[in-house]
Amino acid sequence: MTSEHDDGRGVSRRKILECMTWAGTGVLWTIAGGMPRSMGIIGEAAAAEAGGLTFLQISDSHVGFDKPANPNALGTLEEAVGKIKGLRVKPSFIIHTGDITHLSKPSEFDDADRIISQTRLDVHYVPGEHDVLDEDVKLYRNRYGRGTKGAGWYSFDANGVHFIGLVNVVDLKAGGLGNLGNEQLEWLEDDLKGRRASTPIVVFAHIPLWSVYPAWGWGTEDAARALDYLKRFGSVTVLNGHIHQIMQKVEGNVTFHTAMSTAFPQPAPGAAPSPGPMKVADDKLRSLLGVTDVTFKRGQQRLAIIDQPLQRSGQQQ
Amino acid sequence: MTRKICVATVLAVAILATAAAFSAASAQVANTEVKIDEFAFAPQRVTVKAGTTVIWINDDDIPHTVASSSKLFKSKALDTKDKFSFTFTTPGTYEYFCSLHPHMTGTIVVETGSTAAQ
Repeated sequence: MTSEHDDGRGVSRRKILECMTWAGTGVLWTIAGGMPRSMGIIGEAAAAEAGGLTFLQISDSHVGFDKPANPNALGTLEEAVGKIKGLRVKPSFIIHTGDITHLSKPSEFDDADRIISQTRLDVHYVPGEHDVLDEDVKLYRNRYGRGTKGAGWYSFDANGVHFIGLVNVVDLKAGGLGNLGNEQLEWLEDDLKGRRASTPIVVFAHIPLWSVYPAWGWGTEDAARALDYLKRFGSVTVLNGHIHQIMQKVEGNVTFHTAMSTAFPQPAPGAAPSPGPMKVADDKLRSLLGVTDVTFKRGQQRLAIIDQPLQRSGQQQ
Repeated sequence: MTRKICVATVLAVAILATAAAFSAASAQVANTEVKIDEFAFAPQRVTVKAGTTVIWINDDDIPHTVASSSKLFKSKALDTKDKFSFTFTTPGTYEYFCSLHPHMTGTIVVETGSTAAQ
């Protein structure tokens, strides 16, 4: 693994960094026939135009985090929830892509539940590495694991879209990246068997399922096998968190997207000595935190992904 | 007379206690520290004598763990300023990593060495 990375699939680090500059502004883009088309920078109003299925992604709340990068992570989660409550189009449900808590403490899970439940929406979770600090993943599974397999993976259907929640934060190997493991991959293969290739698929997991920046561990060791099972489907959208910034990549019919955190930003790949929490000016923080709005229009094989920062650049609180 | 015996006894006890303390100190090899900061173990490779206790200190803003690749030892999640220690008694090369961020790896090389020679 090198840091000057071009993973051979046509995405250079420079390209990723170009995508990065969109962070915090809000980008609407659509997928039709596997071809992505950026619709440019948009305002919140676009969410209201959407028909069909709309759901939200939130990620990396890190409830309990109190370091200089954001001394009040619970407060910014509350702000994100306030924003969700104010949406003109009520989403069908929320997907939380992990790191609900910072240290897997019961009190942190309690606080997160107390705030997130105010949205009055169903929430589909997958754990981040911060949610499984107890070896046997009991704290997470006791709360969110009902009806899931293994460390918490599962699938469900909504409006003709098949959703798959994967866990890639347990049983990590020395020197490696995120890990799905054989048991989960076999389950995934079985879960997809018999499904029509025209079924839109949304996969969500904490650590990116594509090689964002292996030098910082931003990738998943055995994701290639999962993507191999998915390649026959016409529309696959992969939603991840973990890296606390927006990044996108399209590979064939698969669109990858990472969401902002609601707690603190992290640096662009290689832009700092380490991926640790990034301290930014107080008036800039909320432009780097936010939620993601995803819309699927039936019959159009089209998912629109809109990232909504807590505060747009230049806007005052 | 009785008083003299008492003083002598107290002195003897004190001398014994001091001797015990000295022998404990001489049996101990100096501890070695490994800092965890910026998602890295520093120094990444440490060579110590058998009997050394290695102390890891998390100076990062993010929790980390210290996990032996051979499962010989594993810390709980260390929050900022938390410490973990392990005493290496058998010579050998011990690889370890952070089980939360497995790209973080380190090595402890334990050499044969009479602890008395320290």
